[in-house]
Amino acid sequence: MAGSDLVMYEEEFKQIDEELSKLHEQANAKLTFLVDKNGQLITTVGETENLDTTSLASLTAGNIAATGGMAKLIGEKEFSILFHEGERDNIHISIISQRVILVVIFDQRSSLGLVRLRVKKSAEALSNIFNRILLKVEKEKGVKGEAKSPFAEITEEDIDKLFS
Amino acid sequence: MSFINYSAREINCKIVYYGPGLGGKTTNLQYIYKKTSPDAKGKMISLATETERTLFFDFLPLALGMIRGFKTRFHLYTVPGQVFYDASRKLILKGVDGVVFVADSQVERMEANIESLENLRTNLTEQGYNLDAISFCIQYNKRDLPNVVPVEEMNRVLNPKNVPWFEGVAKDGRGVFDTLKEVAKQVLMELKKAGR
Repeated sequence: MAGSDLVMYEEEFKQIDEELSKLHEQANAKLTFLVDKNGQLITTVGETENLDTTSLASLTAGNIAATGGMAKLIGEKEFSILFHEGERDNIHISIISQRVILVVIFDQRSSLGLVRLRVKKSAEALSNIFNRILLKVEKEKGVKGEAKSPFAEITEEDIDKLFS
Repeated sequence: MSFINYSAREINCKIVYYGPGLGGKTTNLQYIYKKTSPDAKGKMISLATETERTLFFDFLPLALGMIRGFKTRFHLYTVPGQVFYDASRKLILKGVDGVVFVADSQVERMEANIESLENLRTNLTEQGYNLDAISFCIQYNKRDLPNVVPVEEMNRVLNPKNVPWFEGVAKDGRGVFDTLKEVAKQVLMELKKAGR
């Protein structure tokens, strides 16, 4: 299997949430969120009412994947920052640790310069947290026999119930 | 590559519908969307051309319910089937947990089926996956049409490993949920193995 599954634990989730809240506030953003490169939403801070965050996450990942493909074609490793400018709202997208995507949506109450600066500062902290998660996942994998996964005991009956 | 969130008690899995152009991948998703209760589904996103050919992908998030106290979510994607969109297909396979191959049963599309299946194998290998090891099933779609290849023949050509397969008429829903259920089951059983 390519890569490892992304697993999020309570402790690190809290730290990520805190760091994201800090960034959200300091960058004066409308909405700040983190997405796994496969399009799975990790967490959001800000104005999410009336917003389809699941679709937003999936399209963000598609966007990063497409520009990543373009980067490879011209001999770049990746484009680590994307910026979309709208009439009212703008989107700043950046890749963290080559694995997760940080998205900041902001309007005229903030500016691209401020967002870039704050994202840069938070990126390092977030990167450290994700590295810790990866280490933890590896460590847990090493502990054989003490399966912690709630899925170790799934039965066919459980699955049938999902579709009933 | 599933995403297990212990904090939110959620598990997210990615399923990709693959197959030749105009084979019914998008139709599968549309039927699932139509038949799922509003609280279990998100919006269906289709990045398509003006003539409704898939350009990049269709996306449908489904919340199926709880397993062992965890919210179980499946993200369904289709790829663009047309041959020249290969770069996009590769991207969508990233992080996939399970694949459904939607084959077009019409005689004249057999070659396109074979080509698409080979393309799937190649693109999976490029991403570090093995088609023979990943959660995988096949749907023989358009069984209602007059000029279809017999199922035995389709199995002989497209399914030498005898993975689970279903006959389908996606536009009427025949076989659609059986296919989804099979691939979802395989993905969850894979998680079970990984959790042991």
